[in-house]
Amino acid sequence: MLNKHAILEKHGWLLSVAILVTVSIGGIVEIAPLFYLESTIEKVEGMRPYSPLELAGRNVYVREGCYLCHSQQIRPLRDEVERYGHYSLAAESMYDHPFQWGSKRTGPDLARVGGKYSDAWHVQHLIDPRSVVPESVMPPYGFLVKNTINLDRLELDLKANRAVGVPYTDEMIEKAASDASVQTDPFSADYDAFLARYPKAQIRDFDGNVDAITEMDALIAYLQVLGTMVDFEKYQPEENYR
Amino acid sequence: MAENEKDIDEHSGVETTGHTWDGIKELNNPLPRWWLITWYICIAISIVYMVLMPAWPGIHGYTKGLRNHSERANVAAAMADLEAGRNETLKKLLLVESVGDIEQDSELLQLSMAAGASLFGDNCATCHGSGGQGFVGYPNLIDDDWLWGGTFAAIQQTLQHGVRADDPETRINLMLAYGRDGMLPREQISDLVEYVTSLSGGEADAQAVARAAPIFAQNCASCHGADGKGIQAQGAPNLTDAIWLYGGERKNIRETLQNGRGGVMPAWTSRLSDEQIVALAVYVHSLGGGE
Repeated sequence: MLNKHAILEKHGWLLSVAILVTVSIGGIVEIAPLFYLESTIEKVEGMRPYSPLELAGRNVYVREGCYLCHSQQIRPLRDEVERYGHYSLAAESMYDHPFQWGSKRTGPDLARVGGKYSDAWHVQHLIDPRSVVPESVMPPYGFLVKNTINLDRLELDLKANRAVGVPYTDEMIEKAASDASVQTDPFSADYDAFLARYPKAQIRDFDGNVDAITEMDALIAYLQVLGTMVDFEKYQPEENYR
Repeated sequence: MAENEKDIDEHSGVETTGHTWDGIKELNNPLPRWWLITWYICIAISIVYMVLMPAWPGIHGYTKGLRNHSERANVAAAMADLEAGRNETLKKLLLVESVGDIEQDSELLQLSMAAGASLFGDNCATCHGSGGQGFVGYPNLIDDDWLWGGTFAAIQQTLQHGVRADDPETRINLMLAYGRDGMLPREQISDLVEYVTSLSGGEADAQAVARAAPIFAQNCASCHGADGKGIQAQGAPNLTDAIWLYGGERKNIRETLQNGRGGVMPAWTSRLSDEQIVALAVYVHSLGGGE
C-alpha cells in the first residue's frame, strides 16, 4: 500500500492536482475561519474609519514604504508591552487595507506612536532625522513639505476603501475634500460636523504651514492617530483572550 | 517501463526506479529508517499538540485545547508578575517628595537611576538627545537653565502634564508672533533684536538698545521680567544667560520675534505609570542641573 505514491510521482498532472488540494486544505483551515469567526476581531469602542486627511497620510506611508522598516504590531510579549504599550488588537487594523503590520523593525514599532511626539518634532525628524536622532539611519523625507495633497482624489480613496468594507457613509465621501481642509483648520465653520463624522479627530495645522495642505500634514495626522482610537478603559481583555 | 514490472539490480538485489542514464540505473532504496521514525514521531507530536493547544477552527469558534493556552492571558500574567515583583520597592517611589528622600536611600536611588535611564532612552532621547543635551528647539537638560523650573517637583509636573500638550493641566504660555501678527512694526522689532542681544552681553547698537528699552518694558517685561531674567512660574526664558533654545544669533532672535515660538512636550501620564515618572524625574534631576 505504501508504494502507491509511485502513481503520484509518475503522473505530473495528478501530482499538481494533489499538491493543490493539500495546500488548499492548509489555506482553508488557516485563513478562511478568520473571515467568518466572530472572535477574530475584538469588540472595542472608539474605532472609526480614518479621516480623509489621515487616509491620505496613510497612502503616503504606504507609498514611501515605511512598513519596510517600521512595524505596526505590538506582540503580546512582556518586553514589547513594557516598551510600546498595550499589545495591538485585530480591531485596530480592521479599517486598514492593506494592514501595515510589517515584519521588520529597523526603526521602532509605530503602532502607538500617536501623541508620543510633538508635530514639530515629526516635521523636523521627517525633514532631517539625524538633526534630532544622531544615531538614526532613516532617510530624509523633506519633499513631503512641498507636495500638496490632491484633495479631489480623496473622494476616490474613500470610495475604494468602502468597496473593500470600510464603513464610509455617502456624506463622508461627498465631504472628503472639504473634511481634509477642515482637519487642518481649527477655525472652520464645519468643525463640529467634522468631529461628529470622525469622533476625537485631532484638528490643527500639523506641519506648521497654514497656506497649504501638504503630504507632511497628512502623514503627521496619520502618525498622531496611530494606536489612539481604541478606548482601553472600556476594553475587556479577559473576554478577548486567545 | 511498465509499472507492474519490477527491475531488480543484480549487484545489490535492490529494486530500481526504472530510470537509466547512460546505462546507469537508479536504485529505489527505502528511506533511511531513522528518518522515517523521526517523521512518524513528528506526526504523533502534532496530534498531541492539537489535543493540548488551540488548533482546529469550527463554525463558531475553535478548539481551545486541553491546556486552554492564550498568549494574551500569558502576557497579562507576565505583566502582573512584573508588577508584583516591582511593587515593594517601586511603591516607595510614590512616597518620594524631594530628591533628598531618595539620596538617603541608596537602594531607591540606584533603582530610580536605572529605571530612569532606560525610560529616558526610550521616551525622551528622541527629542532631548541621548545624553540629555537637547537640540535646537528641544531644551538641554544637563545645564542649570530651566524654563519651567528644575526642582524635583517642577520636573515631575512637566513630565506628567507636558508643555502645551493635550492635557487639561498642561503648562502653557506663548511667545507671540509680534511681527507676523502685526503687533510691532519692523523697525521696533529690529531695535528689540539689538536690545535682546545686549541683554546677554552681546555687542549691540547702543542707539537701538535705547529706543527698544520702553518697547521691551511694555511688551516683553510682563513675561521675561523687567531685567529680562525670565519668570520660571510662567515658563518665560531668561534672556540674559546666553543660553538659547532657538539660537542666539540676530537672525534667530528676529525669527522668534517675527513668528513666535511654542514648542510642545507631550504629557506622559497616559503612557507612563506614576512610579516611572518619579524615576524619570529623579534621573533628569540628576543629569546635572537639578535644583
